[in-house]
Amino acid sequence: MTARSVRSLSGALKPLFSNRCPGITSCFLQVYGAASCNQRQKSTYTPPPARYGGRHTVTLIPGDGIGPELGNHVRELFRFCCVPVDFEVVNVDSSVASEDDINNAIMAIRRNGVALKGNIETNHNLPPSYKSRNNLLRTTLDLYANVMHCQSLPGVRTRHRNIDIMIIRENTEGEYSSLEHENVPGVVECLKIITKTKSLRIADYAFRTARAKGRRRVTAVHKANIMKLGDGLFLECCKEVASGYPEITFDSMIVDNTTMQLVSRPQQFDLMVMPNLYGNVVSNVCAGLVGGPGLVPGANYGEDYAVFETGTRNTGKSIANRNTANPTAMLLASCLLLDHLKLHAYASMIRRAILSTVSETRLHTADLGGQGSTSEVVQSIMNAVQSTGPQTLSI
Amino acid sequence: MAAHSAVLSMSKIIKPFWGGHLGNTVKVFGTTLTSHRNKSSLTRENIPPPAKYGGRHTVTLIPGDGIGPELLNHVREVFRFSCVPVDFEVVHVNSAVETEDDINNAITAIRRNGVALKGNIETKHTMAPSVKSRNNLLRTSLDLYANVMHCQSLPGVQTRHKNIDIMIIRENTEGEYSSLEHESVSGVVESLKIITRNNSLRIADYAFKLAREKGRRRVTAVHKANIMKLGDGLFLQCCREVASGYPDITFDSMIVDNTTMQLVSKPQQFDVMVMPNLYGNVVSNVCAGLVGGPGLVPGANYGHVYAVFETATRNTGKSIANRNIANPTAMLLASCMMLDHLKLYDHASSIRNAILNTMNETRLHTADIGGQGTTSEVVQTIMRFIQSKGQLTSEY
Repeated sequence: MTARSVRSLSGALKPLFSNRCPGITSCFLQVYGAASCNQRQKSTYTPPPARYGGRHTVTLIPGDGIGPELGNHVRELFRFCCVPVDFEVVNVDSSVASEDDINNAIMAIRRNGVALKGNIETNHNLPPSYKSRNNLLRTTLDLYANVMHCQSLPGVRTRHRNIDIMIIRENTEGEYSSLEHENVPGVVECLKIITKTKSLRIADYAFRTARAKGRRRVTAVHKANIMKLGDGLFLECCKEVASGYPEITFDSMIVDNTTMQLVSRPQQFDLMVMPNLYGNVVSNVCAGLVGGPGLVPGANYGEDYAVFETGTRNTGKSIANRNTANPTAMLLASCLLLDHLKLHAYASMIRRAILSTVSETRLHTADLGGQGSTSEVVQSIMNAVQSTGPQTLSI
Repeated sequence: MAAHSAVLSMSKIIKPFWGGHLGNTVKVFGTTLTSHRNKSSLTRENIPPPAKYGGRHTVTLIPGDGIGPELLNHVREVFRFSCVPVDFEVVHVNSAVETEDDINNAITAIRRNGVALKGNIETKHTMAPSVKSRNNLLRTSLDLYANVMHCQSLPGVQTRHKNIDIMIIRENTEGEYSSLEHESVSGVVESLKIITRNNSLRIADYAFKLAREKGRRRVTAVHKANIMKLGDGLFLQCCREVASGYPDITFDSMIVDNTTMQLVSKPQQFDVMVMPNLYGNVVSNVCAGLVGGPGLVPGANYGHVYAVFETATRNTGKSIANRNIANPTAMLLASCMMLDHLKLYDHASSIRNAILNTMNETRLHTADIGGQGTTSEVVQTIMRFIQSKGQLTSEY
């Protein structure tokens, strides 16, 4: 209750205070935010999305590479379809070493609860103390589950057919703890952290999702024959949680065998749960199998926040600003966002339009082997939306 | 140099008399010899000759578990049939016991012979975490730092991708496989991934040397340095350093997730790939899947002094053991690589040609590549091909 009132208060105060004293409001919110976080964790109350006057506010982080142009297309499409979502744009500059930008973005996401982001580049030339911005965002907001649904799309020609795999990847620990040190010159130790609480949490999320989506089988991917304690703990936690879901079959597979099976017979997999690094590799393999990085959306869920982005988190610097990027992944991610905000009608409308456009081969962008441009695809989606009848702006 | 071969041949003479008693002596001698050998091998002047006595080589054979024993029996059958001058010294390693005696015997045997052919030894999950993976122990004790896997599309095998020719060089001793884990706080496990400058330089050097030898144009380093900046950053730096000494070879790098995605869409773009241990595991399995499966690709583990050959994807194959349906191709091609290492090139190419010809016959394909042939049928056909070439063979 308190949480909701604070949220709406901040929503009301925001336009008044934002220009004049952003610092004070943010501190104010941070203090309240911390207090209300504690309260929230104790109860099972899920805070409602930031809504004011029936319109949602969603943070938009353009990122680098193709992120800004795709974010613009999303906004264009939403405006066209009269979706009641307003975007609060927060730019994050990846070339500076200070963490102010990303902290602002995190603050905005705490305020709004939901975000749509492009990938923020991690510059290799900056010193190792500079942490990956995307990683910082995920760990600070505790977005512990990365969900990627890889499905063969009807209009896209791939070597494998009938793929329908859901990948749930632990998003905050594992190899991505950014804990490294060089005690002896020339010898680097990287720490991979696996904890019982987080493994139980992700396993629980995986089984709950499997139950909710009517999935029959959950496969845990690991390398416990080598990393006995680490991945052994992960596997144990998955088995514990599996015992509470008797209707769902649980099995496990070593990561090397998994990748090999994925390239020969991907149809055998249903839902997969795994730690961070294996999740990275496996999700990229699956994205490649269904047609490439331009087609698969990804979602990062936490207890309180949700951030949507493309599944494979590519910056796409080499194709930036050339109107050749595939907007499908980002647009499908925005549909996931609408589903999360419970605007299901809009979500399905846009999704239907996207799928019908993808079936048209002449509109395929370069990554799918065609010659279409991004704007053509977006126009065609808007046409498809308009033809289905609901209220839209004039083109 | 003479001293080494003298001790080695002596140990071979004494061995049948003394049997087990000699083990310790050889180990002591072995350590002194190894240090001698290491010093000379580093300058690549005095690589010790393979264990040869009377013109015949002795090779350690570790059957392992699952399909290992039956496939290695087939290898022995083919070698005997083709009159290959190789004798196998079989060392069994029992994966069900906790003591390390078996694997230490195997390691001693490999030190003695210099070359080995092995099946995969199972790592039981039910045993305590202190029981280290036997395969891993073998690789690290013998310092087999380079795992080389050559994935090629075989002509007779139908796959979704064609014209794949990728060489994968994987660091074999450190990285995520250091088996260093601890649980300082209950419920929180830390696994250490070690990357050292020496090992990274060594594997990069090996990769570029091999690329030059085989006439390869491009080496790609696979890493995740955007997240593991110090660790994979060090690896990448070492690769770049070594690359600067090979101006005729193009060097580039790719992040592991992008690599796996490119591999499933356009694998023809890759030439030679070098990477740390865990990425090597994943990438080599993806490539093996692309060319037709685990039954087709051989793998080799090279150190400065020793070489061990096995199937590339190191599968135990427990579910298909003793059913005469395993694909013998990988193990037989691995034995050909071993013959190449022993400089018995004629035998190697004759067996290899026979295998490739057999591959073309679709009706003989085993279950993993979609056929219904049995292992023994395949091996019989290979032997028939060898015989038809006219070379000296045993009676059929």
